[in-house]
Amino acid sequence: MENYGVYTARLAPKIDGLAPGHRACVGCGEALAVRIACKAMGENIIVSNATGCMEVVSSQLPVTAWDIPWIHTLFENAAAVASGVESALKVMVRKGRRPDKGTKAVAMAGDGGTSDIGLQALSGALERGHDLLFICFDNEAYMNTGIQRSSATPFGASTTTSPAGKKSIGQKTWKKNMPAIAVAHDIPYVATASPSYPFDMMEKVKKGLAVNGPAYIHVLSVCPTGWRSAPDLSVRLGRLAVQTGVFPLYEVENGKYKLSIDPSPLRPIQDYLKLQGRFRHLSEGMAKQIQDRVINEYEKLKQKCTCS
Amino acid sequence: MGERIGIEVSLAIAEAAKMANVDVIAAYPITPQTHIVEHLAELVASGEMDAEYILAESEHSAMSACLGSSAVGARTFTATAGQGLELMHEVLYVASAMRLPVVMAVANRALSSPLNVWGDQSDLMAVRDTGWIQIICENGQEAFDHTLCAFRIAEDQRVLLPVMIHTDGFYLTHVVEPIEFPKQDEVDRFLPPYQYPLPLDPDKPVTMGAFAPPILYSEAKKAQEVNIRASKKIILDHWAEFGKAFGRHYHPIEQYRTEGSKTLLMTLGSFGETAMTAVDKMRNEGKDVGLLKLRLWRPFPFEELRQAVGNAEVLIVVDRALSFGGPGGPAYSEVRSALYSKKKRPRIVGFIGGLGGRDITVAEFEGMVKRGVEMVKAGSEQEFEMFGVRE
Repeated sequence: MENYGVYTARLAPKIDGLAPGHRACVGCGEALAVRIACKAMGENIIVSNATGCMEVVSSQLPVTAWDIPWIHTLFENAAAVASGVESALKVMVRKGRRPDKGTKAVAMAGDGGTSDIGLQALSGALERGHDLLFICFDNEAYMNTGIQRSSATPFGASTTTSPAGKKSIGQKTWKKNMPAIAVAHDIPYVATASPSYPFDMMEKVKKGLAVNGPAYIHVLSVCPTGWRSAPDLSVRLGRLAVQTGVFPLYEVENGKYKLSIDPSPLRPIQDYLKLQGRFRHLSEGMAKQIQDRVINEYEKLKQKCTCS
Repeated sequence: MGERIGIEVSLAIAEAAKMANVDVIAAYPITPQTHIVEHLAELVASGEMDAEYILAESEHSAMSACLGSSAVGARTFTATAGQGLELMHEVLYVASAMRLPVVMAVANRALSSPLNVWGDQSDLMAVRDTGWIQIICENGQEAFDHTLCAFRIAEDQRVLLPVMIHTDGFYLTHVVEPIEFPKQDEVDRFLPPYQYPLPLDPDKPVTMGAFAPPILYSEAKKAQEVNIRASKKIILDHWAEFGKAFGRHYHPIEQYRTEGSKTLLMTLGSFGETAMTAVDKMRNEGKDVGLLKLRLWRPFPFEELRQAVGNAEVLIVVDRALSFGGPGGPAYSEVRSALYSKKKRPRIVGFIGGLGGRDITVAEFEGMVKRGVEMVKAGSEQEFEMFGVRE
């Protein structure tokens, strides 16, 4: 990350692909993330959006918050639709039916539309090598339908389908490592990003858009509604996720791992957990378990960064 | 005019897509449609066809890719069958509601379970209400002709609806037939380049696929219904133009030896050919039997059906699909409902046969006519039965 960015917000492009007036919740980290991504992507794109929070808050007939060409069809197929967009652009330019303006195909989905129901379509699109950018806006559960757990929900989090109770610890499984799955497709660019680090995110989105071939960016999007956190803490929670090592920021360019920011020494996990109602029930033992896992995973990531 | 070539029907369908100058193909292999997508792959690989070929990882993604491609303004084609069509199911509704003129060849096949890859029209009936224009072919020439016509119909700016061309799996897809190929310049004259009115384009951003709350959803659906109903006249116009250009004339309901028939048989798809032979035989024996062949399945040709039925007393509808626990074969129950308000209507009997690749022979068609007439004479209340099933 280039640090000057933190102090020079005015360097951000003025254009807004996602216009104000949408219906996102107060403090929505995803709306912020999408806005930042759109600033970085500019106007020469076509977006395929999966069903989910972002689609619902931005596009109720007869109005729209999108100032860029945007298509929503279904939940699990954002990557497949973007494959069609990319192929159509390619052939129409080749046949002289569209000017060659370098228009890029982009797909956006939430964590469910990426790592659960949309995983197959995403894998297919990445494997086929389409020149497209897929951005996962991960708010760690099915927030649009009322906070049900997904495979991206972190261990211990209480959701409406993994509620904490006398006989339940909340989410029983560890968060699926979606960026690693993207890396396994041997694509030119994979990155994690956070709207709490807006200039780092913008740079990554620009890079992902510029590479020739598939790119995948995984964005942690704080959800005050689902995380049971104060709406004014969304940006801070995004930072804490990075500083505690829960959500490290890194890039994988042509298989080469690189940490974007090394927050070592990591802040204690409780700094992050205690601000969120979804972890309120956690026992000390469970918090310890999470702390150990985070340190372990972070060390593994650092290994990859030095090895590759 | 072009030339007559002996060719497998699947290959002819692929050749039609090539002659239509398709821009994007997105497909996934499934029997008995595979020869269509294989041949398309060959045509692209050899450079005979300039198209992007998306080798999707499932039919769901294949049809989803078709949505994206069509929305950008590329002429888009795919093919599937049976389970593949079912896996596409939810995507099909989106294509029609979003007015994306994708053309799809369907090699009609049975649905699991038990697994059965052979010819059957259960897949066709399962997608009845998806809002697509649906045309059923009887032979290879029709499969070729209707694939060409489909693009012209689908892309007509008054229509802008996706079109399915149904061709019986194996019975048609895997047989070699003499098929008349037009010349490329004749096709080019018949089929103008695709111009989507509001494509996805950064120069003029549009939002496609916004969601509709209850206050708007019904209006959106009404608009869709008005649109597909109005498309019938336009389909007929295009078929008439096709007839003028190529000399083959198509109608929503094809009639064969129906003049003065008291008894009518009705088939869908390739069984029409066998049924014609059966009708010839019965006519030669002095029986006044005629044949109706349902070509346009959606939009349903109500007026044409009423006219074609005329003063017939018995109408026997043969379905290759079953509506479990329902009113009989899907075509049968629709035909019955379409004729209910006709003042003088025939007694209508339904048979279900030819499931999962089983043949219906000339003798069996004769048997159905005999049995159907008997059932009517006996005043049977059982108005449909499965034909030729071992107990």
